[in-house]
Amino acid sequence: MFYREAGQFKTSYAADQTVFPIVQDRWGVAAMVAIAFVGVPLVASEYMLQAVLIPFLIFALAAIGLNLLTGYCGQVSLGTGGFMMVGGYMTYKLTTTFPDVNILIVFVFAGLCAALVGFVFGLPSLRIKGFYLAVATLAAQFFLGWTFNKVGWFYNYNPSGTITAPPRELFGITITGPTASAEVRYLVVLCIVAVFAMMAKNLVRGRVGRSWMAIRDMDIAAEIIGIQPIRTKLMAFTISSFYCGVAGAMMVFLWLGSAETEAFDINQSFLVLFMVIIGGLGSILGSFLGAAFVIITPIILTNAPPMFGIDLPIDLQKHIEIMLFGSLIVFFLIVEPHGLARLWQIAKEKLRLWPFPY
Amino acid sequence: MTENTRKIGNTLLRVDDITLSFGGVHALNGVSFEIKEHEILAIIGPNGAGKSSMLNVINGFYHPQKGTIAFEGRERKRMRPHVAAEQGIARTFQNIALFKGMSTLDNIMTGRMLKMKRSFLWQALYWGPALKEEIENREFCEKVIDFLEIQAIRKTPVGKLPYGLQKRVELGRALAAEPRLLLLDEPMAGMNVEEKEDMCRFILDVNDEFGTTIALIEHDMGVVMDISDRVVVLDYGRKIADGSPDAVRANGEVIDAYLGVSHE
Ligand SMILES: Nc1ncnc2c1ncn2[C@@H]1O[C@H](COP(=O)(O)OP(=O)(O)OP(=O)(O)O)[C@@H](O)[C@H]1O
Ligand SMILES: [Mg+2]
Repeated sequence: MFYREAGQFKTSYAADQTVFPIVQDRWGVAAMVAIAFVGVPLVASEYMLQAVLIPFLIFALAAIGLNLLTGYCGQVSLGTGGFMMVGGYMTYKLTTTFPDVNILIVFVFAGLCAALVGFVFGLPSLRIKGFYLAVATLAAQFFLGWTFNKVGWFYNYNPSGTITAPPRELFGITITGPTASAEVRYLVVLCIVAVFAMMAKNLVRGRVGRSWMAIRDMDIAAEIIGIQPIRTKLMAFTISSFYCGVAGAMMVFLWLGSAETEAFDINQSFLVLFMVIIGGLGSILGSFLGAAFVIITPIILTNAPPMFGIDLPIDLQKHIEIMLFGSLIVFFLIVEPHGLARLWQIAKEKLRLWPFPY
Repeated sequence: MTENTRKIGNTLLRVDDITLSFGGVHALNGVSFEIKEHEILAIIGPNGAGKSSMLNVINGFYHPQKGTIAFEGRERKRMRPHVAAEQGIARTFQNIALFKGMSTLDNIMTGRMLKMKRSFLWQALYWGPALKEEIENREFCEKVIDFLEIQAIRKTPVGKLPYGLQKRVELGRALAAEPRLLLLDEPMAGMNVEEKEDMCRFILDVNDEFGTTIALIEHDMGVVMDISDRVVVLDYGRKIADGSPDAVRANGEVIDAYLGVSHE
């Protein structure tokens, strides 16, 4: 009843092009931001931050990265874990080599390294599509895993082969390493994800996003309009990998604290792909919804049954989780490729008309 | 519209001795003709005559084995489609080739791709020059939308539109590029009489108001006779006639081609 568009007239194209054109949406978003930045750090437990919110945000950024490439530009990739690995390892290498450089700047440079790697592994997309491209990116995943395992230089020849986040400060507050508090790490992750999510949204609603979608929807027509497929696809690979790289950097430095190449294996690539499909291909909001769903479902499966006095064995939980994801992916791919984000939109449209069905 | 409101100018595009074959199939065989500035040229011919192939050659999508193309006097043999786009050649397709996942407005905005120059970094900020550029181009697209009378479907995903409107949006996408030469491949195919009349009106208005040169392929002879200044007739990849609509209608070879008189 109160969620209405009527009476809100756009008087300029600028107003019509804002991300949240409806006033109620803007208030909702403002409230969410306030809760995320102020409410959560005050009330959330260490467990909540470490097991739920921090990984949710980090994976949301990786999902945005993959969504730019797969959802918007239509290029399938199974190399997400590999690109995240580049971000994680390069952050380690750079910050141990240049300890005085601000860690956020290191994140950006690590992201740029991942972007470069993404560019190179995007080159096959100029000749191959779909399934074959997926296989080529899979090769990237395994090649990168092998490289970071075998080349000691990347982990400073440390015998365990593990990279560990050293303590680094931002404005005098320790944000990485074992002494950094969960609240601080959460806030840093939140800021980074918020900024990059906004930038991704801006990209996809402007010329760049339209050129990606044009290539995705009808590459011949795109070419005849003047879009160069080569440049456009490589740009999608590059920017997407940058996002994945930054997500990987945050994964090691702001969440796990230490990692080996297994932390970025093929399972992560699939997990992020599941997030994108369940959340919605071609939607930034969907990347968040998908990440939330994939992160939170296992936690619910672990915690809910005991509350009802049911004792699910761990492996059964895992199987239920896999079956659930599998069936949802089949459902979304066939019935609703725009995923949870689309369902959310439909719900909003219904609400806009409520209580009148027409 | 009468002849004397427009001035037909010099040669805008000349194709010379174009020969194109796919394996054994000769799609085009030594075809030459000119398109003059500001005119509406119709390309007609039976199915498989090579009409669409000719448009594909003009905008760089097919590379002919022989022959040259000169646009505004600059000659070329091979080039990529985006170069043709940069030179000011836009087109629509026989089978609609819209971006199905995008709205009408986004499709038309995509047509202005080449008018937008800001780098992706500016775009990521969506601020300052990038925002200004976006708004300026939006304003132009809104003019196109008004012109084609499709305001109501601005935000509708094009996949959901009926066929006739999709054709109109596709024209809008081509117009958004402010082309010098507009190639229309069967813009009225599959339309009912009213939709055809609308489309004819748009084509004539584009030509009249913006002076855009138009080359169109059309099967409906009534339409061709009504709107075109000149007609080129292709048959089996060869040009068999080239002249005013009336002259072409009276041409015996054309009548044979259309009545399906055997060739050999
Ligand atoms: N990409 C291609 N590969 C192989 N053959 C082709 C190709 N494109 C066109 N042809 C052949 O070239 C010939 C001319 O085709 P074209 O599409 O230009 O005809 P058209 O005059 O547009 O016919 P219609 O009126 O049916 O659209 C046909 O024999 C067609 O099969
Ligand atoms: Mg054709």
